[in-house]
Amino acid sequence: MKIIVALKQVPARDSQLKVAPSGKWIDESDLTFEINEPDAYALEEALQLKEKHGGEVIVLCAGPERAASSIREALAKGADRAIHIEEDDLGAYDTLALARVLAKAAETEKPDLVLTGLQSDDLGSGQTGVVMAELMGLPHATIIMQVELAGAGLRVKRELEDGWFQFAGMPLPALLTIQSGINKLRYATLMGIKKAKSKEIRRLTAADLGVPPRSTVTVAGIFAPPRMKQTQILDGSPREAAAKLVEKLKFEARVI
Amino acid sequence: MASYRGFDYLEIDTLFNEEERLVRQTARQFVEQKVIPVIKECYNEGRFPKDLIPQMAGLGFLGANLEGYGCAGMSNVEYGLIMQELERGDSGLRSFVSVQGALVMYPIFAYGSESQKQKWLPRLQSGEAIGCFGLTEPGFGSNPGGMTTRAEERGAEWILNGEKTWITNGTVADVAIVWARTSGGIRGFLVERGTPGFTSSDIHGKLSMRASVTSSLVLSDCRIPAANLLPEAIGLKAALGCLSQARFGIGWGVLGAAMDCLETARQYTVMRKQFDDRPIASHQLVQEKLAWMATEITKGQLLAIQCGRLKDKKKLLPAHISMLKRNNVAMALECARLSRDLLGANGIIDDYPIMRHMCNLETVKTYEGTDHIHTLVIGERVTGVPAYK
Ligand SMILES: Cc1cc2nc3c(=O)[nH]c(=O)nc-3n(C[C@H](O)[C@H](O)[C@H](O)COP(=O)(O)OP(=O)(O)OC[C@H]3O[C@@H](n4cnc5c(N)ncnc54)[C@H](O)[C@@H]3O)c2cc1C
Repeated sequence: MKIIVALKQVPARDSQLKVAPSGKWIDESDLTFEINEPDAYALEEALQLKEKHGGEVIVLCAGPERAASSIREALAKGADRAIHIEEDDLGAYDTLALARVLAKAAETEKPDLVLTGLQSDDLGSGQTGVVMAELMGLPHATIIMQVELAGAGLRVKRELEDGWFQFAGMPLPALLTIQSGINKLRYATLMGIKKAKSKEIRRLTAADLGVPPRSTVTVAGIFAPPRMKQTQILDGSPREAAAKLVEKLKFEARVI
Repeated sequence: MASYRGFDYLEIDTLFNEEERLVRQTARQFVEQKVIPVIKECYNEGRFPKDLIPQMAGLGFLGANLEGYGCAGMSNVEYGLIMQELERGDSGLRSFVSVQGALVMYPIFAYGSESQKQKWLPRLQSGEAIGCFGLTEPGFGSNPGGMTTRAEERGAEWILNGEKTWITNGTVADVAIVWARTSGGIRGFLVERGTPGFTSSDIHGKLSMRASVTSSLVLSDCRIPAANLLPEAIGLKAALGCLSQARFGIGWGVLGAAMDCLETARQYTVMRKQFDDRPIASHQLVQEKLAWMATEITKGQLLAIQCGRLKDKKKLLPAHISMLKRNNVAMALECARLSRDLLGANGIIDDYPIMRHMCNLETVKTYEGTDHIHTLVIGERVTGVPAYK
């Protein structure tokens, strides 16, 4: 089975974010970057499928030069080769335009299965995979918690709300967006890191793929949510004050 | 709490390449996820976390900078970074890996016959076999050249007699590298567990390196086949050649312990408030200690990287390693003491790693050449005059 894993590099999860002087993006200078968490699970799922059924795992990543370190990590964990679409300014692409870039690159490989993370930890729109599937004309399923081969197709488990799950059968080729926690992530072994040095990373640009940057969304500005601290004294008898408190916790703070 | 990111004041990271950073990441994640959750209990109970051995082996940590026989073939800088992260967890864990890789696998790799290598290296790399290194004796520590353990050749056998002590992994080892005096000078031997005349027992009452096994070995008319002599391990310099490997790793390892102490103290002093509700980090006396640690760790990192790069070019001298080991261990120990101080009473409790690091580092200061002995090595290199006697 030929599996493509679309993987994004994002700021490390507990980063202290600062707004850049432009006011339109975060200041990236002091940040460390890592593989977007759900994508790491998608990669692990692909590696496990390959170990069970054979085949090839190809990493597909759009991002600036620094993203090469995440690609190298994926290769060290066991992916066979990678395609790096080098773009310094992903901000010039909206989800649709970026999905076009990824879909174009993925199509040339004629994969049996495309895995993406459910969403990216930085922007969190949760659409890239789904739009890619549409553009590639593939069936897709989202929030996947389990993947099994069933005959010529797949049987997948989707996470719904409130602890409910849905099992679905689907044909191949297909695209799945993977939920964090679906499996146990492996470490890149030292042997794997060494082997990764000689694995192929094909570098292209969006222009090579004939997809122009396009964004229907413009970022007007970003800001940290203002922190508001208010103290209110609830007066009245203890019974009245308690009733008011419960009401506020329920309807204003929405914590009970 | 933010996940541990080491310490980098001077963009030291730009001195590492992508693979080196990836190797460090693997070791760091392993320590964060598998070592930190268990190490306090292991230390308190005086127990080595032996279930970590197969995991470390699987990741390639054992004999990581050796080539072939299943070893990962890492560069020396990559090897150093693994030691740094392991010792951030605990010096005892790093000691295990140092002994296995630098003091057992290395001598077999460097001085062993092909059949000795084939027999032992893959098993030692995979953690299936554990090794120990017997040089120190009750009467000869800093001066191993005076050793009294003897080996006599009789027919197709060697007969060993003597006692070794302070031997890391002694009672858990499947094979001991034993150094003994022969009519032709000091030689290295492979003594296998269960050989008649070979016994071992643990040293109890340690208040340092509690998560590491330390033992005594007794050889009493212990007969081993001639094939267990390491053919190229000739003279004390062969034993010292192993120590150079291990000391190099220690010089890196203690950086991890020092960083952990500094990071703990930094977080604590920023949160802890005294006098007018101000964090203690706002006082100059406190900042001076943090600034000292930050500066000394950074200098220690530069020393380690330069030694690593020299080692990769095969230009690293034992006298260079003495500077690395002596400086970085003393620095790390001082960081532990200063950090302990900054945490006040909390500094003595095992909720924080500082006191454990401090106690461990007292051993690290002594083993693999004491601080004094390395001073004498540097002194000899500078003056040309030996001052050991
Ligand atoms: C936990 C632990 C694990 C160990 N693991 C191993 C192991 O796996 N294998 C092994 O072979 N050994 C091991 N050792 C032993 C270690 O290497 C020795 O303890 C060390 O070499 C010092 O020897 P010593 O303890 O006999 O001290 P001594 O040599 O007696 O030294 C005591 C003091 O005298 C000073 N001194 C001695 N000579 C001089 C001099 N000429 N000039 C100035 N000062 C001097 C020393 O610096 C030190 O301060 C281990 C030790 C410990 C504590």
